[in-house]
Amino acid sequence: MSTRLATGGRLIDRSTRAEFTFNGKRMIGHEGDTLASALLANDQMLVGRSFKYHRPRGIIAAGPEEPNALVNLGRSDRMEPNQRATTTELFAGLEAASQNHWPSLEFDIGVVNNYIARFLPAGFYYKTFMQPRAAWKHVFEPIIRHSAGLGSAPKEPDADRYEYVYAFCDVLIIGGGIAGLQAALTQGQAGKRVLLIEQTAHWGGRAPVDGDTVENEHAGEWVTSAIDALKTMKNVTLRNRCMGAGVYDHGYVLANERVADHTPGDGRPKQRVWRIRAGHIITATGAIERPLSFAGNDIPGVMLAASLRDYVVNFAISPGDRTVVVTNNDDAYLTAIALVEAGLSVPAILDARPQADGDLPNRARALGIRVEQGRGIASVKGGKRVTGVQVCLQAGEGAVMEEIACDAVAMSGGWSPVVHLWSHCGGKLTWSDHLSAFVPDPDRPPRNHDGSAMVSCVGAAAGTYRVEDIVTAAVATDVIQSNDAENTPAIPPIWVMPQGAPIGLRARMWLDYQNDVKVSDVQLAAREGYESVEHTKRYTTLGMATDQGKLSNINGLAVLSQALGAEIPQVGTTTFRPPYTPVTIGALAGESRGEIFQPLRRTPMHEWHDKSGAYWEPVGLWRRPYCYPRNGESHAQAVEREVLNTREKLGLLDASTLGKIIVKGPDAGRFLDMLYTNMMSNLAVGKCRYGLVCNEQGFLSDDGVVARIDEDTWLCHTTSGGADRIHGWMEDWLQCEWWDWKVYTANVTEQYAQIAVVGPNARKLLEKIGGMDVSKEALPFMQWADGTLGGFSVRAYRISFSGELSYEIAVPASQGAAFWEMLHREGAAFGAMPYGTEGLHVLRAEKGFIMIGDESDGTVTPLDLGLAWAVSKKKTDFLGKRGMERSHLADPERWQLVGLETLDGSVIPDGSYAVAAGQNENGQRNTEGRVTSTYYSPTLKKGIAMGLVQNGPDRMGEVVEMNKVDGSTVQARIVDPVFFDKAGEKQNA
Amino acid sequence: MLILTCPYCGVEADETELSPGYEAHLKRFGPGATPEEFESYMFARKNPKGVHFERWRHAYGCGKWFLAARDTNTLEVFGTYPAQSPEPPADLIAKIKEKRPDWEGHK
Repeated sequence: MSTRLATGGRLIDRSTRAEFTFNGKRMIGHEGDTLASALLANDQMLVGRSFKYHRPRGIIAAGPEEPNALVNLGRSDRMEPNQRATTTELFAGLEAASQNHWPSLEFDIGVVNNYIARFLPAGFYYKTFMQPRAAWKHVFEPIIRHSAGLGSAPKEPDADRYEYVYAFCDVLIIGGGIAGLQAALTQGQAGKRVLLIEQTAHWGGRAPVDGDTVENEHAGEWVTSAIDALKTMKNVTLRNRCMGAGVYDHGYVLANERVADHTPGDGRPKQRVWRIRAGHIITATGAIERPLSFAGNDIPGVMLAASLRDYVVNFAISPGDRTVVVTNNDDAYLTAIALVEAGLSVPAILDARPQADGDLPNRARALGIRVEQGRGIASVKGGKRVTGVQVCLQAGEGAVMEEIACDAVAMSGGWSPVVHLWSHCGGKLTWSDHLSAFVPDPDRPPRNHDGSAMVSCVGAAAGTYRVEDIVTAAVATDVIQSNDAENTPAIPPIWVMPQGAPIGLRARMWLDYQNDVKVSDVQLAAREGYESVEHTKRYTTLGMATDQGKLSNINGLAVLSQALGAEIPQVGTTTFRPPYTPVTIGALAGESRGEIFQPLRRTPMHEWHDKSGAYWEPVGLWRRPYCYPRNGESHAQAVEREVLNTREKLGLLDASTLGKIIVKGPDAGRFLDMLYTNMMSNLAVGKCRYGLVCNEQGFLSDDGVVARIDEDTWLCHTTSGGADRIHGWMEDWLQCEWWDWKVYTANVTEQYAQIAVVGPNARKLLEKIGGMDVSKEALPFMQWADGTLGGFSVRAYRISFSGELSYEIAVPASQGAAFWEMLHREGAAFGAMPYGTEGLHVLRAEKGFIMIGDESDGTVTPLDLGLAWAVSKKKTDFLGKRGMERSHLADPERWQLVGLETLDGSVIPDGSYAVAAGQNENGQRNTEGRVTSTYYSPTLKKGIAMGLVQNGPDRMGEVVEMNKVDGSTVQARIVDPVFFDKAGEKQNA
Repeated sequence: MLILTCPYCGVEADETELSPGYEAHLKRFGPGATPEEFESYMFARKNPKGVHFERWRHAYGCGKWFLAARDTNTLEVFGTYPAQSPEPPADLIAKIKEKRPDWEGHK
């Protein structure tokens, strides 16, 4: 069993007690513990179940590479799934629960998957997706849905807050071990603005654990004085608990600081995302130890050698009385020495190398530890916990020479430099035969905007493992990348143990612990023809677990290359992508949630709408009233009332969101003739004209009414959502194509409030408040005039999007609310009511007016919409003219705009298609049209719709079948899209 | 998150201040163009792995469109210049050729 040793533990404070629970069981730890060390102190080695076979899983590592010890932390509004116990700092009251087990961690029914493992081979999904198809629906999917997923998603809103910080520095150093600290000292002393971040709560990395000596000082003391020195430098910023998550273009780095994960509810933000722009980045991210592939290497109690050493030295954990060490390098001997020095037993060190006679092996021998050379593990004994190992020859096929009883196994298959951050933005790797690892290639770094190297690596991240070499490299002020791996003792490749292991053993050698990928799976993939490492990864799911292959990738790659008979560099690596370790969505969202998720644009009348019970609809960043329900009305009832009131009496609409762009200058007319499909240069001053804007493909992009203000000036109305886009489009052409034309544009959308006064009583209201002449004679349809109304300076346009007598009146934004309120006050006598966007839609659909985004979707031309009258035939050129001439766009068989009226008066469902006879090549029903707008018309008391139908305008009176969600169809007659007041008598009144 | 220097206002602008406009120095083909010419204008893009001339707008800054020469592979920026340029400036071409001797040139 694992326990707490009576003495030692450099990171724990034994004077404190932190009570926590695991699966509801009360446990005690100390301040300074990680959750993993506290669990081990309480003999909780079994912490989870694997994803596919539900095999028992124990803690294997002590850092972010941990694939097994993923727990669910907290509850309700502070619940977090998939948290690594190894990086979770313990605090009093912490609640953790294991994941992926049913009904309990100790007894899991899913483990039967383990016994049918041969029916769940590599590529199970790919194979069964092909056939039998029915099995998926009835057999596989229900089972997999039940067992899929590790943690469960929180259901309540997150109680914590998160924030961003933006930082700029000359040099960003990621990693606070010896290499990072020395680099920070050097850069700081050189006067650079330095930011040094470290993912754990402690500085110094492995060196203090390993008892290294730095510049003749004990590593721990050296680290303390280095931190003291850095703190005195004003140009240096230090942040621990801050993980370098991703390196992006031109020195942009994302880091995630776990501010209050270990002090929940103390009022500070839980996490803080750093958005850093760095002149240069130094990664001092260290290396990750690799497992060895021997049978049973996943049984709880088998741990990485250096991680096990971390638990002993940092947290005074005994992993068990007897630990067998198995290794292919000298470093693991430190673990054996640490265990013996802590008073524990190491029955044997099994070294796969034929000879081990370095300083460390000799020190181990001097301590009386039995060292066996050329030996390996044939198989680990045990179920939920290691009980012993069977020893074999590494060079052989696994014949058992001896059985050694033990409680834990410390394994080391060498080290892989953490090259993730180097690689994120294009840094290339080179294979070191000497270290059996990929190391950064200093000749092919990621590049900065000026072409200089953006990232350099120091320390173990560069493959430099010896402390003296690390310090020398990090002292260089110009940060020349260290490339002196040759000084490090060689680490021979040991990819399978024993090297001639038969299938029975290989099928129990785990590569990816979380996803249950074994040596035999990768070999099967190779036999089935998978040569690319990227394909093999997806086929076997190797490295696709939440640890993203930190332990499994290199081992898997080596097994694949052996199976393919290729060299590792030829097989290559999979792509490293940010983040380095998972970042919670809450941290990425930061403060952008709830009301401040995105900026809110308010019209001058926003507050009035809010007080009047508006039901809001988002339109871009605006909020517009959809309708104004009264006295318990449903939205549909409110819309019906608003439409009828506008048709019969008087409706008021806040149209302020409408885009308003001034185009001015000697060449403005010429420019607008290019921008719009129809002519705008010949528009008379004082008049308005409806215009269409197309893209160069000839597809409709926007529409609106243009008013000629004076000889040099036009005012272009755009759709609410199109204002910024169309203004940008204008500037694009003026700056990049016709830059010699004298035209000035200004987007004045927010400078004006615009109110539509609509309905038979519209003129009566304006005459009552008094001012300018608004008679038919003085201000006929499609003209505008400046003047005053009710004491306000206004510009009144006689334009109509409803088919009613209508004035759109613009006032300076600052007076919008006052003018709006006056219209309501004075309009009460005429039955004035506000109407919302849905009423606006219904009113325009009754008149057959198109709406950008409903009738148009980026594949529709003006001709498709029966707007040929608004496309000039006289102009030699306009944007989109050549595009429209393409044969497909000029095809008379295109779907074209018509009205649709159901025979039974019902409303055609939104998104409905007109079905045609027969099926297409995919076995789907043929179609001959679709609905674009469909509403209940309160005016006509029946469903009306607009739609695009093949050759529609030539098929008036024909009946088509419109499909419905339930699979049935409804019959609809093709009619004129203008349903109401075809002659336009009302709007011209 | 690129950094590009706006040639108008001189600001070293973060990509969040900019909006992209795809390939630069396209020749517009309008009415009268052959289908091949129109296709080349509308759809055929060089999309090179290497030196690329592209359009950017300092959308959340001075509002000006400008052009940039950039290596799409290494992200190195060779220079930026005003949008009112029928072709890349000669000194910029020379600078790129010096840095990328194998570059086949702008045309």
